[in-house]
Amino acid sequence: MMLTGSRTRRSLVLMWRGMRAHPGTYVLAVTASALFGAMTVGVSRAVGWATDAVVVPAIAGDEAARDRIWLAGVVLGAVALTLALSVAGRRMWAGYGFSDNIADHRSALTTQYLRLPVSWHRAHPAGQLLNHTTSDAEAANGVFNPLPFALGVVVMIVTAVVMLFSIDPWLALAALVIFPVTVVANTIYQRYMSPAVTRAQQLRGDVADVAHESFEAALLVKALGTEGREEARFAATAGDLRAANVRVGVVRAIFDPVIQNLPAIGTLVVLAVGTWRAGSGDVAAGDVVSAAYLLTMMTVPLMAFGWVLGELPRALVGYDRISEVVDADGELAYGTGRLPASDGGLGVRFERVGVDVEVTGLERGTRTLLEGVDLEVPAGATVAVVGPTGAGKTTLVSLLARLSDPTRGRVLLDGTDARELAAGEIPAHVALVTQSTFVFEDSVRANVTLADRGEDGSPSDDEVWEALRLARLDDTIRAYPDGLDAPLGERGANLSGGQRQRLAIARALVRRPRLLVLDDATSAVDPRVEQAILHGLAEQGSGATTVIMVAYRMSSVALADTVVHLDDGGVVDVGPHEELMARDPGYRELATAYQAEAERRERAGDETDRDDELQEVAR
Amino acid sequence: MSATTAEPGISEDELDANGARIESVSSLGVFATLRRGVQLSPEMLNGVWITLALAVLAAGGKVVVPLAVQRTIDDGILAEGGPDAGRVVTLAALAAVGLVLAGVCAALVNVRLFRSTEAGLATLRTRAFRHVHDLSTLTQNTERRGALVARVTNDVDTISLFVQWGGIMLLVSVLQILVATALMAWYSPVLTVVVWVCFVPMFLFMRVGQRKVNAAYTLVRERVGAMLGAISESVVGAETVRAYGVSARTGRRISQAVEATRRAQRRSMELVAIVFSSGVFVANLVLAVVVVLGAWLGIGGALSAGEIVAFLFLVQLFTGPVQMGTEILNEMQNAVAGWRRVIAVVETPVEVTEAPDAVDLPRGPARVTLRDVRFAYSGGPDVLHGVSLDLPPRTKVAVVGQTGSGKTTIAKLVTRLMDPVEGTVELDGTDLRKVSFASLRERVVLVPQEGFLFDGTVLENAAYGLRNGTRPTTPDDAGEVRAAVSDAFAELGLSDWVETLPDGLDTQVGQRGEALSAGERQLVAIARAYLAAPDLLVLDEATSAVDPAAEVRIARALDSLTAGRSTITIAHRLSTAEAADLVVVVDAGEIVETGPHAELAAAGGIYSRMHASWVSQTR
Ligand SMILES: Nc1ncnc2c1ncn2[C@@H]1O[C@H](COP(=O)(O)OP(=O)(O)O)[C@@H](O)[C@H]1O
Ligand SMILES: Nc1ncnc2c1ncn2[C@@H]1O[C@H](COP(=O)(O)OP(=O)(O)O)[C@@H](O)[C@H]1O
Ligand SMILES: [Mg+2]
Ligand SMILES: [Mg+2]
Repeated sequence: MMLTGSRTRRSLVLMWRGMRAHPGTYVLAVTASALFGAMTVGVSRAVGWATDAVVVPAIAGDEAARDRIWLAGVVLGAVALTLALSVAGRRMWAGYGFSDNIADHRSALTTQYLRLPVSWHRAHPAGQLLNHTTSDAEAANGVFNPLPFALGVVVMIVTAVVMLFSIDPWLALAALVIFPVTVVANTIYQRYMSPAVTRAQQLRGDVADVAHESFEAALLVKALGTEGREEARFAATAGDLRAANVRVGVVRAIFDPVIQNLPAIGTLVVLAVGTWRAGSGDVAAGDVVSAAYLLTMMTVPLMAFGWVLGELPRALVGYDRISEVVDADGELAYGTGRLPASDGGLGVRFERVGVDVEVTGLERGTRTLLEGVDLEVPAGATVAVVGPTGAGKTTLVSLLARLSDPTRGRVLLDGTDARELAAGEIPAHVALVTQSTFVFEDSVRANVTLADRGEDGSPSDDEVWEALRLARLDDTIRAYPDGLDAPLGERGANLSGGQRQRLAIARALVRRPRLLVLDDATSAVDPRVEQAILHGLAEQGSGATTVIMVAYRMSSVALADTVVHLDDGGVVDVGPHEELMARDPGYRELATAYQAEAERRERAGDETDRDDELQEVAR
Repeated sequence: MSATTAEPGISEDELDANGARIESVSSLGVFATLRRGVQLSPEMLNGVWITLALAVLAAGGKVVVPLAVQRTIDDGILAEGGPDAGRVVTLAALAAVGLVLAGVCAALVNVRLFRSTEAGLATLRTRAFRHVHDLSTLTQNTERRGALVARVTNDVDTISLFVQWGGIMLLVSVLQILVATALMAWYSPVLTVVVWVCFVPMFLFMRVGQRKVNAAYTLVRERVGAMLGAISESVVGAETVRAYGVSARTGRRISQAVEATRRAQRRSMELVAIVFSSGVFVANLVLAVVVVLGAWLGIGGALSAGEIVAFLFLVQLFTGPVQMGTEILNEMQNAVAGWRRVIAVVETPVEVTEAPDAVDLPRGPARVTLRDVRFAYSGGPDVLHGVSLDLPPRTKVAVVGQTGSGKTTIAKLVTRLMDPVEGTVELDGTDLRKVSFASLRERVVLVPQEGFLFDGTVLENAAYGLRNGTRPTTPDDAGEVRAAVSDAFAELGLSDWVETLPDGLDTQVGQRGEALSAGERQLVAIARAYLAAPDLLVLDEATSAVDPAAEVRIARALDSLTAGRSTITIAHRLSTAEAADLVVVVDAGEIVETGPHAELAAAGGIYSRMHASWVSQTR
C-alpha cells in the first residue's frame, strides 16, 4: 500500500484510496458538503436579496416590498434549516468515513501482526506496534475529517467564482488573486512541515515504546528501586517529543493565520476594485456588497482547504508508517500437504538442519544457531533434548511447531516437509509448550481450549478437566469459585509461575497432539508434580504421542527412550541415557552436575575453606 | 486491617488490603477534571494572560473586515455624490495593516500555546508514567499494559487539540460574543435582545447534548484501551498464537475490539454533528429574524438600511463565536475524556507507600523477621496463614515447597512489593513499612523468575543493577562500568559464556531479551542483581532455566562471593537446599519445617521425602 511519486501525487492517492474504500459514505458526505456550499452562497444571496429587494425599499416606503417581509423571513428560515441539515450530514458522514478508514487501517495492521512470523515480531518493539494502531492510524486519517468539506467547497468556490464573474469580471479577477497565493504558501508550508511531523510521529512511537517496555519491566524496576531512572528515561523521550511537537506547532502557527486571512485580504481588494467599478457606474452598490459578502462567506470553506493542506503532511507520515507494516512480507508460505490421518504419534526427521538469524549490533550480519542437525525420531518415541544453556535447544524444537523455518535443510513430519503442509495442519497435530507461558486475558476454559465455546471442534468441559488433571492443575481450578469460568488476569498475573506452566501443559494436552514438544516446560514445577505429569503423559497411551522434551532434570530424562545431546548448535551425541553416560563426557558433566556438587560439598565438609572455592571459581 | 495509609477522600472499605485498582476513568465532573488537569500541568498556564491579550488582538482582526466593509459601503460606495474611491482605498489599506497585525498576533498566540501546552502535557505524561511505577505490583496488574501505555500516549494526545486551541479560543469567543453584543446593542438594543432570546433554547439543548457527547467520547477512550489490550495479546503472545494456530480466534477478538471502537467513534461523531449543526441552524435562523424585525423597525424609522446591513454583519460576528463555542465545547468533552483516563491513573492510591517517618537503615548484614504474617490477594482466600520466621544475618536460606504453596508470596513480602494483611516483616528489627524505599531497595534485591531484559546490550542490562553512585555519567565512567560488569561475569564464572556471544558484552539482547535463550536471560539477570550488591539477595527460581552445570557453578560462586551477606533462594532443585545454612519448607501457606539441611533430611518429614526423591532423581 506504499505510496509513491511526488508529494502531491501521494497525497492525492492517499485521499482517493480512503474515499474509494467507502464510496457511499463519501458520496453522501461530499454531496452534503456541496449542499452546504450552495446554501452558504444561498444565505449570502438571500441576505443580499432581502436587503436590496425587501429591507431597503421597504424602509424607503415601497408597499409591495413591505408585503414581502414575511416571505423574506420564510426564505431565510428555510435556507437556515437546509444549511443546518447539510452541516449535520456532512459532519456525520465525514465522521463515519474517518472512523471507518481508521478501523480499516487497524484491521490491516492487526491482520499483519497475526500473519507475520515470530522473527518479524522480535525485530519490532511491541510499543511501536501498538502505537501504529492508535497514533499513526489517527495521523493517517486526520485529513479525512475536513476532506469532504473541502471537496464540497470546490463546487461552492466554482459557483462563487461564476457568480462573481456574472456580477463583474474585474471584481472576480480581484477575488481570484488569493488562489495563487494559497498555492505558494502551501508549498512553503509542506517543505517545512514534512520533516517536522515525521520526527514528531516517530517520537510518538518512541514514547509508546519506552512506556511499554518500562511497564513490562515494572516488577524489575520495583525490585531494584529504579523508578527514578525509568522516570528520567521516559521524561527524556517525552521531552524530545515535546520539542518536536512545538516545532510542528510553530510551522503550523505561521501557516494557519496566513491561509485564514487570505479571504479577508481578498475582500479588501474586491472592495477597492468594487468602488472603482461602482464609481464608473459599471456595477451597482448592491453588487459590490454581494461580491464582498461572497468572499467573506468563503472564509470558512477556504479554511477547510487550509485544514486539508495542513493535515496532509501528518497524514502522509502516518500512512507511510502503517504501510511499512502492511507491506512487510516474510510471512510463512504454506503448502497444500496434509498429514495422513492416524492415531499414532508423528514421526519426525531433521535433515541437515541449519538455522541462521540476523543479528544487529557491532558485528552486523548473521549468526548461526544450529548447524547440520540430523535427527530421526520414530513415531511414538519419547526423546529428551539435553544441552547447556544457549545450546540451541529452543531453536531446534521450535522448528517443529514451525515458529520459523530452517535456513538450511528440512524438517519432516511424517515424511512431509513442514513447509509443504497446509495452514493449520501443524497446530492440529503438534503442540509446543514454550519456556515462558503466555496467558490470555480470558477464562480458564478459554485459556485451555483457545477456542470460543461451542466453536467447531472445541473440547468439551470434560476434556478440559481431564487435561487439567493430567497437568495437575485441576485442584487449583476447582478451588476457584467460578471454576473453569474464573477469569485469568492479563498474562496470568494471578497464577504462580508453576501454575502458569501447568496451564500451558493442559493447553497442549487437551488438543491430543500427535507430537508434543515440551521446551523446559516444567522448570517452575516441583519435581514430584513434574514426575506425576510426565507419567500421566506416558500412561495416556504410549505410542499415541511422540514426545520431544527439553529437560534438565535427570528424572525427566530417564523417561526418554533416546537422549539428544546438543551443544553449540550441533548434535554431539544421540542414544539411550546409559550409553551417553558411558561415552559422552560433556553429557556426563551435565547429568551428574548435582551429584558431583553434592559430593564435592561432602568432601569439603560443611565449613569449607572459602579460599579454595574462590580459586575454583576463578578458574 | 489494611496496612495502607488511607488517602483522604477514599473510604476505608475501598481500600481493602491490596485491592486498589486502576480505574478505567476518573469519576470527576467536567470542571473538576479541567481544574485537576491544569493542576497536573501547571505549565499550561504559563504566560496565559499575555497569550489571551494577543488572542484578543488576533480576534480583533476578524472584526476589521466587517467594519471595513460597512464603512466602505456607507462612506465609500454609497457616499453622497457617488462612490469615493480614495476613501475606500485608504480604508482598505488600513484594514490590511490591521489584518497583518492580527495575523502576527494569531501566529504568536499559536506558538505560545504550543510551547506552554506541550510542556504541560509532557509533565502530565511523565507524572502518570511515574505514578504507574509507584503503584504496588498488584495494582499495576489490574490494568493491561497496552492500555496503560495509551494512558501516557494516546489519551494525553486527545487532550492536546483542546488545550492548544480550544481553551484560549473559548475565552476569546466569550469576549467576542460580549463585544459583538455591545456593538449590536449600540445599533439596536431591541434586535440584540431578540438575537439573545433566539439562542436561549440552543443553550439549553447544548447542555444535554454536551453530556451525551462526553459519554460518547469517554466510551471511545475506553474502547481504544480495550482494543490495545486485545492487540497486545497478538503482539506479545505472537509465539503462542502461532504455536497453537489460533490466529483466527485472536483475529476475531481483535476485530471485535476494533469494530467496537469504530462504532463508539461513529456514535461520538454523530452526536457532535447533531450538537454542532443545531448551533448552525440557530445562528442562521437569527438572520431571518433580524431581517424581518429589522425591516419593521426600519419602517418605524428606528434604523437605517445601512444600519440593518451592518447589523447583519454584526450578527455574524456574534453567531460565529457561538458556533465556534459549540465546536470547542465538543472538543473539550473529548479532552475531558482523555484527561479522565490519565487522571484515573494519577489518582489511583499507592498502597505500598513510604512512611513519612521512614528511616534509612545502615548497610551491613541483614536480619529478616516475619511475625505472624497473614496475606491474601485481593478478594481471594488467605495464601499465607500466619507465617513467622527469623533469618539471622549472614545466612543462606533455601525456601522449598510445592508450586502454589506461597514461596513467591513470601519473597514479595520480604522485598516489600506488597504489605502483609496482618503481622509484620522486619529488616534488622525495623518494620519494612518504616524503612525508606531508597534504603530498602539498596539493601534488599529480588531476582524474579522471569528475568526481564531491556532492549539493549548485555552490558547495558547488567549495568542496570549498578547503584546511582556507580552509574556512568561521563565517558570515562563508561570504561569503569564495563570493567565492573565484566568482573561481575567473571566472578560468577560466566566469562566463558559471555565469550560465546557474537559481540561479547555488546551483544544485543533484543526486545524483552528474546534474542537470548531463556537461561541466558536469567544469567544476565543474576549478574545485574549481583552488581546491585545488596545485603540481602532474594532469588525466586532465578536459575530455573539454566543448565545444571551452570546452575551449580553460579550457586557456588554466589555462595563465596556473598559471604557476609544473606541470600534467600527459592528453588525446586534441591542442590540449593543442600548447600544452604537453613532450609525453610513451605506447604499450603504455612511454614512446616525449618532447620539445617542435614537435620531436616534426617527428620523424616516433608523435606526428607522431597530430598529423597531429589536424590533418586539425580544420581
Ligand atoms: N533471535 C535471536 N537472535 C540472535 N541470537 C539468538 C536468537 N535466538 C536465540 N539466539 C541465540 O541462540 C542461542 C541458542 O538459543 P536457544 O535455542 O534459545 O538456547 P537454549 O538451548 O538455551 O534453548 C543462544 O546463544 C541465543 O543467544
Ligand atoms: N496476583 C495474584 N492474585 C491472586 N492470587 C495469586 C496471585 N499470585 C499468586 N496467587 C496465588 O497464591 C498462591 C501462592 O502463590 P505463589 O506464592 O506464587 O506460589 P509459589 O510457591 O509457587 O511461588 C497460589 O495459589 C496462587 O494461585
Ligand atoms: Mg531454551
Ligand atoms: Mg513462585
